[in-house]
Amino acid sequence: MSAGIPVQFFLILATVMFFAGIYGFLTRRNLITILMSVELILNSVNINFMAFNRYLYPNKLEGMFFSIFVIAVAACEAAVAIAIIINIYRRFTTINVEDVNEMKF
Amino acid sequence: MTNFGYTILIPILPFLMFLLLGLAGNKLKAKLSGLLGTAGLAVITLLSYFTAYKYFFAGEKAADGFHKIQAFNTVWLNISDKLHIDLGVLLDPISVMMLVVITTVSLMVHIYSLGYMKGEKGFERFFAFLSLFSFSMLGLVVATNIFQMYIFWELVGVSSFLLIGFYYTKPSAVRASKKAFIVTRFADFGFLIGILILSFNTKTFDFISLTDPTGPTFTQSTSAAFMGLSVMTWSMIFVYLGGVGKSAMFPFHIWLPDAMEGPTPVSALIHAATMVVAGVYLVARMFPIYAITAPVALHVVAYVGAFSSLFAAVIACTQTDIKRVLAYSTMSQIGYMMLALGVSGYGGHEGLGFMASMFHLFTHAFFKALLFLGAGAIIHAVHSNDMTDMGGLRKYLPITHWTFLIACLTIAGIPPLSGFFSKDEILAAAFEHNKILFAVEYAVAGLTAFYMFRLYFSIFWGKDTHYHHTPHEAPATMTVPLIILAAGSVLAGFIPFHSLVTSDGKPFDSEIELMVAIPSVLIGLLGIGAAYVMYRSANELPNKVAGFFKYGYKWAYNKFYMDEVYLFVTKKIIFRYISAPIAWFDRHVIDATMNLIASTAQNVSFRIRDFQSGQIQKYAFVFVSGAIGLAIIFIYFWK
Repeated sequence: MSAGIPVQFFLILATVMFFAGIYGFLTRRNLITILMSVELILNSVNINFMAFNRYLYPNKLEGMFFSIFVIAVAACEAAVAIAIIINIYRRFTTINVEDVNEMKF
Repeated sequence: MTNFGYTILIPILPFLMFLLLGLAGNKLKAKLSGLLGTAGLAVITLLSYFTAYKYFFAGEKAADGFHKIQAFNTVWLNISDKLHIDLGVLLDPISVMMLVVITTVSLMVHIYSLGYMKGEKGFERFFAFLSLFSFSMLGLVVATNIFQMYIFWELVGVSSFLLIGFYYTKPSAVRASKKAFIVTRFADFGFLIGILILSFNTKTFDFISLTDPTGPTFTQSTSAAFMGLSVMTWSMIFVYLGGVGKSAMFPFHIWLPDAMEGPTPVSALIHAATMVVAGVYLVARMFPIYAITAPVALHVVAYVGAFSSLFAAVIACTQTDIKRVLAYSTMSQIGYMMLALGVSGYGGHEGLGFMASMFHLFTHAFFKALLFLGAGAIIHAVHSNDMTDMGGLRKYLPITHWTFLIACLTIAGIPPLSGFFSKDEILAAAFEHNKILFAVEYAVAGLTAFYMFRLYFSIFWGKDTHYHHTPHEAPATMTVPLIILAAGSVLAGFIPFHSLVTSDGKPFDSEIELMVAIPSVLIGLLGIGAAYVMYRSANELPNKVAGFFKYGYKWAYNKFYMDEVYLFVTKKIIFRYISAPIAWFDRHVIDATMNLIASTAQNVSFRIRDFQSGQIQKYAFVFVSGAIGLAIIFIYFWK
């Protein structure tokens, strides 16, 4: 299936996704987009897990299980985060992260 | 040994009564709470009488006299295996005697207060405090160890404070209560030091082992001395300091006359019959230590007592507030008791002074409580404390008049009333040991008779004052206690104290020594005669006598300026030269250091607070940069 593709390709893809996520997290002002960036970061890690699992220990399944765990946790996190975002919207009538800055000195 | 375990109820019941009246008192009807308090005390009085009967007459007496019985004991605070503070009940002749005195007087005062305090605001609060006081005082006398005594010692101080300040809207009462508390508290500090020195040397708090002549107190090896006196002597002097404060001996007597701002029943209970004799009781409790290992401390006791009794008697001759006269009289009589302890030795006939002191404590409780309650009845009728507002009251207050007369005769030492017997024993003990002290006490006996009858004649005879309202006799709740106490004053002298309450528990023979008794009766009569001439009817003689002693009179009238001396010492010396520099040091050095630290922290945090901007993405940026920076360091520079 992926026998012909070298591992570097996967790693490059994961790295690009990871830093795209970081960049989105730092620069986007919309909370929903920030949440999407976090998902990008998580998924890039999942890709790494899968790639290393496949190339280093093809007969074992630990990496896959880890990915499944991460997906599950990400789903929960998305649910919680959206609940928080809804509450923030009710409180501030905005989900612009720059306007939600009451927790300061 | 019969079982005395039930005696724990004697202090516990008033405490429960205090809790009940203190917490639920405002929900009960005032009258009901008063009756409840009185009923509770009546039960305890009966229990105490029962205990006294069992202890003294029902076979408790061993072949060699009365023993100390630890009726109840529980470890309250366990500091180490050897050092623990217990709470319990110790029965011996003096504590059983004190139980009888306290419960009797307290019951009389409770009944009397039902009438005297009727309709006052805070009626149930008054009874709650009375119960608290009874609890503390009973706990004090049955203390099994010196620390328990100290705890209850402070508790009686608090209840005294609360009761003096009962009329808390009156500034003078508030001042008096503060004064009483601070002065006695100051003296109690000496007591605490004494306890610590004593228990450090003897390694025990327990009274039974402390006062056992074969116990650690008398066999301890340390012979350390300080300024020429042994450590034990110092500790006993410090312990006595507590007694000086509580018993209003010179120079800590200044609180007692002011304490008369409290309601009169309180003066009768606390400041005449029970709490102020706690100092005497303390010395009596530790008496074997005083007599055997610390004779110098015992001399201090004797001289302070003698001086206080003379000092107070002289002042009492000049005061016009009847309660203050009685207060100084109390101080004078307590001086007598202290003196008697001071001239006593330990064991057998040597212990005559000890017996006499306890005897006088017993009789004094009756006649002085009677005098105060009588004064209360007079104040109740006339609405004044000042005897210059009174005169000719014998027609209006017959019962008060007769009981007051009995009390005056008793305190003057006229036979066969109780005061004669106890005072005679004291004078005899003084005569045997120290002629100078005897002479002082002999003079005080005359002065006592004089000032008491000055009071008596000025109130009940003298000029016929016109009153706005015709004074009327007090209600039965007030006169019945007067009559009972008068009966006690008459009869208490016939109790054979020398076979019951002695320094070592063994009875000894004692008889009235005519050598001492006849002159003391004569000087008492002389005092009464002088008062009769001067105050029987209004005349110029008192003013002439006052004029004759011009400066002496003025000094005594102003209480020898002791209050002014205290004010001078505290305000002009202690405040200015000790407190003010300490306050300066506190504000400018200690506080300033703290302020510097605080303001530095504040400035720094003002500078750096912008870091916390509330912008999540800034935090995330810092975090990511840090993570990347660390990654670079670990990958490229970490070898």
